[in-house]
Amino acid sequence: MTVSRDDVIDFLYAEVRMLDEGRFSEWLDLWLEEGHYWMPLDYKQADPDLVTSLLYEDHFMRRLRVERLNGERTFSQKPKSRCSHVIQRPFIDEFDAQAGRFVTNTSMHYVETRLDEQFLLALVATHELRLVDGNLRIANKRVDLLNCDAAFGNIQLLP
Amino acid sequence: MGKYSDNPAAVSALVQQHQVHRDTYIDAEIYALEMKHLFANTWVFVGHDSQTPAKGDYITTQIGDQPVIMVRHTDNEIHVLLNRCPHKGTKIAIDRSGNTGKFFRCPYHAWSFKTNGCLLAIPLKKGYADTDFSESEASHGMLPVGAVQNHRGFVFARLAATGISFDDYFGESLSSLDNMVDRAPEGRLEVAGPPLRYMHKCNWKMLVDNQTDTCHPMVAHESSAGTAIKLFEDSDWPDDRPKPMAMEIIAPFMSPYEFFEEMGIRTWPNGHGHTGVHHSIHSDYSMAPDYLDSMTAAHGAEKAQEILGENRHNTVYFPNIMIKGPVQQLRNFIPLGPDRTLVESYVYRLVGAPDVLLQRTAMYNRLINAPTSMVGHDDLEMYERAQEGLHVDGLEWINIQRLHTEVEDYSAAQVENGTTERQMRNQMQAWAHFITVSMGGTTEEAAQ
Repeated sequence: MTVSRDDVIDFLYAEVRMLDEGRFSEWLDLWLEEGHYWMPLDYKQADPDLVTSLLYEDHFMRRLRVERLNGERTFSQKPKSRCSHVIQRPFIDEFDAQAGRFVTNTSMHYVETRLDEQFLLALVATHELRLVDGNLRIANKRVDLLNCDAAFGNIQLLP
Repeated sequence: MGKYSDNPAAVSALVQQHQVHRDTYIDAEIYALEMKHLFANTWVFVGHDSQTPAKGDYITTQIGDQPVIMVRHTDNEIHVLLNRCPHKGTKIAIDRSGNTGKFFRCPYHAWSFKTNGCLLAIPLKKGYADTDFSESEASHGMLPVGAVQNHRGFVFARLAATGISFDDYFGESLSSLDNMVDRAPEGRLEVAGPPLRYMHKCNWKMLVDNQTDTCHPMVAHESSAGTAIKLFEDSDWPDDRPKPMAMEIIAPFMSPYEFFEEMGIRTWPNGHGHTGVHHSIHSDYSMAPDYLDSMTAAHGAEKAQEILGENRHNTVYFPNIMIKGPVQQLRNFIPLGPDRTLVESYVYRLVGAPDVLLQRTAMYNRLINAPTSMVGHDDLEMYERAQEGLHVDGLEWINIQRLHTEVEDYSAAQVENGTTERQMRNQMQAWAHFITVSMGGTTEEAAQ
């Protein structure tokens, strides 16, 4: 399979649609096992794990997060939260079809709601994608919140 | 005058040994009295001195509802000043940290102050020549807090000019802070990055109570810790591969009641106490061999074993912080209103220890204390439900009776079954004392 720029962009749109529709188990399958889902706590944070991050989740933790969301005794998800990503057309910062390696930069507005509460986060997602057996997969994902250093209430789903 | 102002007897009546009236958690007047009295009379955590390593370095923070600046003066001592220009009230600094050089300069009219608060200069000073300016409180410069103490890097302050001394206030409870610092081969800690900042729509004391509440983890955290154990068991993890660090951290939350009963709770006078006297959820963390070597080199084998054998769980320093010695973590429960609390969770590097320990510490912080934490989500859900539920009329008391004995004496240290709510009782007895001690002109003796 030859990957086009549109394929890369479609993949990113499909990913946020999965999250918005609560198809978290499918979302897990987008990932390569060794990848990390990183959300820094500090503006322009360089180190993921020797200072605190909001998230720095490996395969095990991502699965735990999704299993928990689906669980029976997940009290903070009774009732469940919902989310919406509105994304800008991604920049493709690296496009190496031969090596099957791509890096994108996508601005998004993320809205999460539960009961009468709703909040908005502005963020930039950086994806490292790989082509494996003809499919695009997430090798790493970094989500930089515009107000990462602000005090938040619960952020329960996946910006 | 309201129901409680200038009425220490009415305030004291809200605290019985086995139950506490809901007004301590929901009433705006009580909250105002807490800010005015409780947070002035107690020793409150301000910051760590590694946050201001160089002369002129400062951080802005608060003691109760009072904005303060912690700053390193030219003599290298840490000063804590109220963050208000004595002229018109402008906050002198608003960024969370910075370096001000040799003096602060108010951005409004350029009054300047030494980093110990003393007034340095006023532009066009001749305008005050024929006034009684030197008689005015503004002439003294920025207001310092009543007292400051730097204990092995941890800076505490008492707003009130007079009151209990640092040593009398904390006494033997400092052993938990000391153990945390002693775990560094070089005997000191350094702050590791900015804190998590997590907003809670509940009273600050709910968070303090929860630190020694050992009957909730296996219930409230089943969705995260219980699911983690199940996932791990289903994963066919090879025996020779080290367990994921996250499992080491999260799995002990599902320990049975007996585990928490046997771990013990110790209370100290003035509202301090800790869980995990004999063992804790931190006891079975894997040890980095080179860390043990450097601790042995620094302290000798026996002392190193003694330091590392102490695995206290949560230590509450009344009124509003908790530390975890074995994971070098401090949580500050900052009151913002009767039903609003900002939780700042700091982690520290053990100077001289291998990075893998800091990695675990930072992981603990994000797994348990972050606004994105699967564990934190369920805690906050409980606090917010309680904050709303407490408004039910006809059931106005919060029960803290578990393992209450008929007459309890909180004036001496004591060790009890780890599921007792004695530490919550201990906190509220201290609360009743320190909030009333300066109320309505009564003296400490009169309040007792």
